[in-house]
Amino acid sequence: MEYLFEGILSVTWQQIVMYAVGILLIWLAIKKEYEPSLLLPMGFGAILVNLPLTGVLNQTLQGGISSNGIIEWLFSVGIDASEAMPLLLFIGIGAMIDFGPLLSNPLMFLFGAGAQFGIFAAILLAAVMGFSLQDAASIGIIGAADGPTSILVSQVLHSKYMGPIAVAAYSYMALVPIVQPFAIKLVTTKKERRIHMDYNPSDVTKRTRIIFPIAVTIIVGMVAPQSVALVGFLMFGNLIRECGVLETLSQAAQTTLANLITLLLGITISFSMRAEQFVTPQTILILIIGLFAFVMDSIGGVLLAKFMNLFLKKKINPMIGAAGISAFPMSSRVIQKMAMEEDPSNIILMHAAGANVSGQIASVIAGGLVIHLASTLIH
Amino acid sequence: MNTENIMAALEIMWKGMAGIFITITVIAIFVWLLGRMGKKK
Repeated sequence: MEYLFEGILSVTWQQIVMYAVGILLIWLAIKKEYEPSLLLPMGFGAILVNLPLTGVLNQTLQGGISSNGIIEWLFSVGIDASEAMPLLLFIGIGAMIDFGPLLSNPLMFLFGAGAQFGIFAAILLAAVMGFSLQDAASIGIIGAADGPTSILVSQVLHSKYMGPIAVAAYSYMALVPIVQPFAIKLVTTKKERRIHMDYNPSDVTKRTRIIFPIAVTIIVGMVAPQSVALVGFLMFGNLIRECGVLETLSQAAQTTLANLITLLLGITISFSMRAEQFVTPQTILILIIGLFAFVMDSIGGVLLAKFMNLFLKKKINPMIGAAGISAFPMSSRVIQKMAMEEDPSNIILMHAAGANVSGQIASVIAGGLVIHLASTLIH
Repeated sequence: MNTENIMAALEIMWKGMAGIFITITVIAIFVWLLGRMGKKK
């Protein structure tokens, strides 16, 4: 009967830690509703891949018989071979985004750029903490506040920390309502948070909405060719949405495609949550750097808005700057809530939404630039 | 502490932020021009 105890006897303490991590992620997903569509599959997958002699990973059985595991295969095909899963998800995300608030107020574009500061501050911090350049660049991209971009960059740069990076990216995205108010209050006064902003949107023509995704793809492609896959798939999804003749495809991208990829992405990422890779002191450091990245994103956006206010007649509520991260629509809602806490009559939601969708474009540009710059600097 | 890595991270920082701002500014100007052309018509 010894064969029945082989599994139990070969469990390591690191694997037990991973069961606890898996249960924690499932609890956060169900009880706290923190990014449940990703954290629940990742949590369950963390348990699956850490069971001793698990059949979801490739194994060589006694007698030399090799057995292929489904999660390892999904990872190999869906992420390792071509980054297909995060990229396909971008089609769905693109189809979901209405760039209208941004197109009617192009000034909001700048906040998408300002709020990427956390990425680069985190890369620097990770390098100071002793991570290699490719790992530091991959860790820094947690600050993109964009799960698929984080996965893609860490995969392209062959970082061995993809698991902790994905967990940090999705966890902190879910914690935006806690992290952003803290960061914003560090660098703004009550008076600044009470600034009202007029909203007089100009009409956005259908032609502009159609030209926009094509033009962005070309402009970004020229500047940061490594971004083309990311921004191209994002804008492809948006073009399907805006063209007006592919309604069923647009709906399919927003619902069926996005749901299917999301369903598989979480459990596939759990391949990188094997105990020997995940239970390390570096994971704790990555979680700390990820939090730092989110705080610095918000601070970078706010400081840009304050700098712009030095030159503008109509002042901008500096909290709008913090909405320039990619976590849409959560960040714009947080900013609106904060504005109403200071002054219940203050409505800045549409400005924040404009900055927020700009953050989605800026984060993929940042991802491409980080890949390009890091790969040229790695010796 | 690996000074070479830190210098490379600083290089990524300034080049990356400059790259994002330039690209986003070009897109913003393009969108603004599109809006102006739409209004004229």
